[in-house]
Amino acid sequence: MTDTALAPPMTRSAGVDFDSTEARELLKRRYRAEARFKALGLLAVLVTAAFLAFLLVDILRKGIPSFFEHRATLTVNFDAALIDPKGTRDPADLREGDYQALVRAALQSQFPEAQDRRTRRALDGMISSGAVDDLRQAVLANPGLIGQSRVMPLLFSSDADLFLRQRDTLITRRTGSGPLRVEGESNAVTLRGGGAAFRAALAESKTFLAERRRALLAELATLPAAGSNAGVDTKRTELEQAAASIQARIADANAPETLTDREPSLLVAIGDGILKITEIGANEAKATTLIAPKPGSIITEWSLLTLRVPETNRRVNDNVSAWLEILAQRGLTERAFNARFFQNGDSREPELAGIRGALIGSALTLMVTLLLCVPIGVAAAIYLEEFAPKNRFTDLLEVNINNLAAVPSIVFGLLGLAVFLNAFDLPRSAPLVGGLVLALLVLPTIIIASRAALKAVPPSIKEAALGVGASHQQAVFHHVLPLAMPGIMTGTIIGMAHALGETAPLLMIGMVAFIVDIPGAITEAATVLPVQIFLWSDLPELAFQSRTAGAIIVLLGFLLVMNAAAVILRRMFERRW
Amino acid sequence: MNDIAPLAVPPEQADAPRPKITARNINVHYGEKHALKDVSVDVPEKGVMAFIGPSGCGKSTFLRCINRMNDTIPICRVTGDLRMDGRDIYEPGLDPVLLRARVGMVFQKPNPFPKSIYENVAYGPRLHGLAGDKTEIDEIVVSALKKASLFEEVKDRLKDSGTSLSGGQQQRLCIARAIAVRPQVILMDEPCSALDPIATAKIEELIDELRTNFTIVIVTHSMQQAARVSQRTAFFHLGKLIEDGVTDQIFMNPRHELTRNYITGRFG
Amino acid sequence: MAGLDLTGRIGGVDVSIIYFSLLLLMSACAYVLARGRAAEGARDRSFHSRPTYHGLLAFSTVALPMFAVFVAGAFLTQLVAERQALAALDPALVADSLRRGAALRQIADILSGRPVSGDVSALAAAVDTARSVRQIAAAAIYALGLAAGVAGLLFALRRITPDFKARNSFERLVSIVLMLCAGIAVLTTVGIVFSVVFETFRFFQRVPPLEFLTGTHWSPQTAIRADQGGSSGAFGIVPLLTGTLLISTIAMLVAGPIGLFAAIYMAEYASPRFRAIAKPVLEILAGIPTVVLGFFAALTVAPLIRVAGQSLGLDVASESALAAGLVMGMMIIPFVSSLSDDVITAVPQSLRDGSFGLGATKSETIKRVILPAALPGIVSAFMLAISRAVGETMIVVMAAGLAANLTFNPLDAVTTFTVQIKTILVGDQEFDSAKTLAAFALGFVLFFFTLTLNVIALAIIRRYREQYD
Repeated sequence: MTDTALAPPMTRSAGVDFDSTEARELLKRRYRAEARFKALGLLAVLVTAAFLAFLLVDILRKGIPSFFEHRATLTVNFDAALIDPKGTRDPADLREGDYQALVRAALQSQFPEAQDRRTRRALDGMISSGAVDDLRQAVLANPGLIGQSRVMPLLFSSDADLFLRQRDTLITRRTGSGPLRVEGESNAVTLRGGGAAFRAALAESKTFLAERRRALLAELATLPAAGSNAGVDTKRTELEQAAASIQARIADANAPETLTDREPSLLVAIGDGILKITEIGANEAKATTLIAPKPGSIITEWSLLTLRVPETNRRVNDNVSAWLEILAQRGLTERAFNARFFQNGDSREPELAGIRGALIGSALTLMVTLLLCVPIGVAAAIYLEEFAPKNRFTDLLEVNINNLAAVPSIVFGLLGLAVFLNAFDLPRSAPLVGGLVLALLVLPTIIIASRAALKAVPPSIKEAALGVGASHQQAVFHHVLPLAMPGIMTGTIIGMAHALGETAPLLMIGMVAFIVDIPGAITEAATVLPVQIFLWSDLPELAFQSRTAGAIIVLLGFLLVMNAAAVILRRMFERRW
Repeated sequence: MNDIAPLAVPPEQADAPRPKITARNINVHYGEKHALKDVSVDVPEKGVMAFIGPSGCGKSTFLRCINRMNDTIPICRVTGDLRMDGRDIYEPGLDPVLLRARVGMVFQKPNPFPKSIYENVAYGPRLHGLAGDKTEIDEIVVSALKKASLFEEVKDRLKDSGTSLSGGQQQRLCIARAIAVRPQVILMDEPCSALDPIATAKIEELIDELRTNFTIVIVTHSMQQAARVSQRTAFFHLGKLIEDGVTDQIFMNPRHELTRNYITGRFG
Repeated sequence: MAGLDLTGRIGGVDVSIIYFSLLLLMSACAYVLARGRAAEGARDRSFHSRPTYHGLLAFSTVALPMFAVFVAGAFLTQLVAERQALAALDPALVADSLRRGAALRQIADILSGRPVSGDVSALAAAVDTARSVRQIAAAAIYALGLAAGVAGLLFALRRITPDFKARNSFERLVSIVLMLCAGIAVLTTVGIVFSVVFETFRFFQRVPPLEFLTGTHWSPQTAIRADQGGSSGAFGIVPLLTGTLLISTIAMLVAGPIGLFAAIYMAEYASPRFRAIAKPVLEILAGIPTVVLGFFAALTVAPLIRVAGQSLGLDVASESALAAGLVMGMMIIPFVSSLSDDVITAVPQSLRDGSFGLGATKSETIKRVILPAALPGIVSAFMLAISRAVGETMIVVMAAGLAANLTFNPLDAVTTFTVQIKTILVGDQEFDSAKTLAAFALGFVLFFFTLTLNVIALAIIRRYREQYD
């Protein structure tokens, strides 16, 4: 574009030349700034979305396994001598029976070589105490089982469950090459393989040594300079020696290695049996028997199992690992939906812990909240929107409600503790008090939402009612309120969703107790879902982490349903005036 | 631009001076709504042209086509040939930001930024890099305020907020803000509709002064205002341009029945 | 002792349920009777109010007095039963506040038939006393309640005359009920203020306020030892204040820019399609309970930061302020962005047009016109966000530490007001110890800090809204 005579007598006589290189540069710069700014905005939205995705994926990944459990499907012999020694078939007697012994016998029949006390205890520990209760329930429900043998699902303990869940990542399997000669028995077995059967495994354990040497050297580097302190010097010498000896072992690639519980475990699976290698060379290994294989001296089919995590760092030792591996091989394990998670209350045993108690507690608490805050909230909103005189006091009331909506939730907990528990002496940990506190907490939300809904009804509706002779209250209750109802319900659902996820104030009023029983009334001690999540997240067992995430999935599921209901309600009744 | 073939001047506009803006067959759609139908008109350089017509007739829509303000509305679609100094305003290579620096706009409701009077006027020159240093900006601000006949009233309170002024002053501030960028064309979208008669008279006086230096297009639904300030007038009805010509001729001797009815107040 | 669970059970049904059933039944009868009588009378003469209103009024005149009798009776019973039960107990036991509380709880458990652990034979006399008090009280409540109900019914029936303005009376009653409901919000505030102020006052009798506000050492655990007075100097909130501010600052450094830019993008750039997807994302994030975010912070983000820090050779505490602050920031993003979105869209379109009309680009319009115009609103959005960060509990409880370190290093563990309140008050507490009272004093500081921020922010927002309405 050319600049045709534009000559207002301004400071610069000439017009603005937008075609000059200078002007073009400026424009380019301005557009670059524009693009940058827009990109920043998009980035902000994307970062937020990425965070949400990361959070949800992380929770789902951690939590979904908790909806499944592993069980051993073993043949249980319901021996009358153990569970009904008196032979009365009286439920009271049956309840006292030794069902643990049934489980023990079922395991023994699978692994007869577990004889000494420690090994047997480890074997029993694979199965959860919940399995014992299951057997008792089964017998009480059907006394005809006594004296029979049945295949029963026996719940694994949480450690065994975790092992089975991660079996394929914990264990690396390698098919053995060439025939293997097995000599000796039980604790002193020698395995000889032709053609360097163990060379790869040996090399691997040398690699592991190299890693440990690096760790030692790193530690050495962090020590202060020599000569500063006698203790440090001793430490240094020790570390240096250890590193040197490891270095020597690495250097000789063919030298046999002794495997302890601080190195990765090497197991040899021969058919139905498992041996544990204690010393490994390129062609030859010394081993102890964990599960006796079928007798035979020359084996052609065998495989080498590596458990990368050293035994000391594992909750499940080599022996139990071997049993679980063989049970799985024999097809005696199953993975099934974890109904217990939804049927049980809390428990100290992760595999038995469930969210039923917390769910019922949440339901009772929310019921109290709903019954209190909806009538009160709606009434307050009607008063403020329709009947309140416009004066100083109502102004203050309004400011007060808006502020109350922004008060930290823990402060409501303090109120509950000081007023409901200490002054009114209501029961601790009860859904009644929890519901009261949450009702006060969400009351401002509901009042604000209800007022907005009432305000959205056009005044012409009310005027029409007044015009045909209705009183002010009749106009409000017969015409305005019904029209505002969808909006009020939407606000209520959102308020309830907020109450469902609230934790902090409930901690203050003692809803944190460990409660096994399912609460039956609003005055009984109970806990709620978010508090259960908090309690479990504090527990050290890894298995509880998964339970926590599972409970979170359930909580988020409920919130999703509630919010979706609110959205649908809003869509269905959306009205443009 | 010189590479554009000269437009054939329609015979009825042979008396018009050289056109600054030429529009041929402009159609505007807002979604489903056909807001402007086949509008062709020439806006002569230097002088005031008024667009009149009943509300909803498309005159403001056409005005907003000239500086491509309609671009900010996603559902709006403009077709046809609209040129300024022979150059296509809607050609892909033309930057709306630069176009708007040349075609200033004054809106229906005074819309000073919530900043000081000084900052309001300095905003445009700063954006477009029209001044190198503080003194130059000062000069531009003072000269624009003077041109907008506002300087005397505000010279002692340039640091006050632009929103603290009266409605008429605010509108003159908006005019000062527009001319500070030194545009060639100023579009005015019913600039006096929110003002009282005295303020309106001041603005009209100002428009009359500005016409020696700028091409001014003003949309108004006051026929008296059109008669007072403009040299040429165009009458729009239901999205169509009914007729345009010298203002006196439109008002004294309209060619079209609709124009006559509107002017005589039978509808509108 | 359970407050409203006052009279035990009769035939397995909670007494209060029987009472309230009776209440409803009698009120319903009153409604039917009054309505019927008014309808009958209206056949001969025209009545001022419709029969329904006579019925509703009769319903209220029965229900309200009966309800009042129950509430007052329950309260009195509670008072008397407790006093009588204590009188029947060993004076030595009564003198010890801890054992007294436990004994009262056990008596309540026995009375309501809950299983009680331990030897409770010493309480037998007290239990009997309390039980007999309750039985007498129950009888009295029933008698009085019934009498009140019948009286109300008779009163209502006598008032049914053609001239009686039943509708006006009933509507006045409804107005009062509505007003009382609105008053509950005020009552809540008053309750909060009293519950924190009262205990804080008692706390300041033991620990001087100056020491509380300026002390740099916080370790409430040591103060409950018998040989140590409350004024041991372990109640200085400065480390808590710095910890809270550190975490809130990190949170705001995350949430401020991201939330604001997200709001700008959503309000000014995003296509309707993009908004339709992005808005729910922000809403979902806003709806995630903080206990979930706390779990995520403690078990996923904190280890990640630790690993990242170690790979850079940094020593990161496992409960670093950074992890809690980052996740808290993420929690606040939707809050900041939705508030900012509101204030940005409240800026009138005419200002945008004015700026575009001068040839400004979109970002120039946003930076130089919209943001300055929206500044008050954005400032107050940030203030509300800060108040939220300071008052947030679960994320810091789960992801921040307990050690009151006076540090500004985000890789160290710090503690906050809310963490300390939770730590002190969860589990059994003695009600008179300085430690317990300190939690209320912290609550007091927290409440007034956030209240001040909220009041100012809401006032600014209100004025801002009025400006553009």
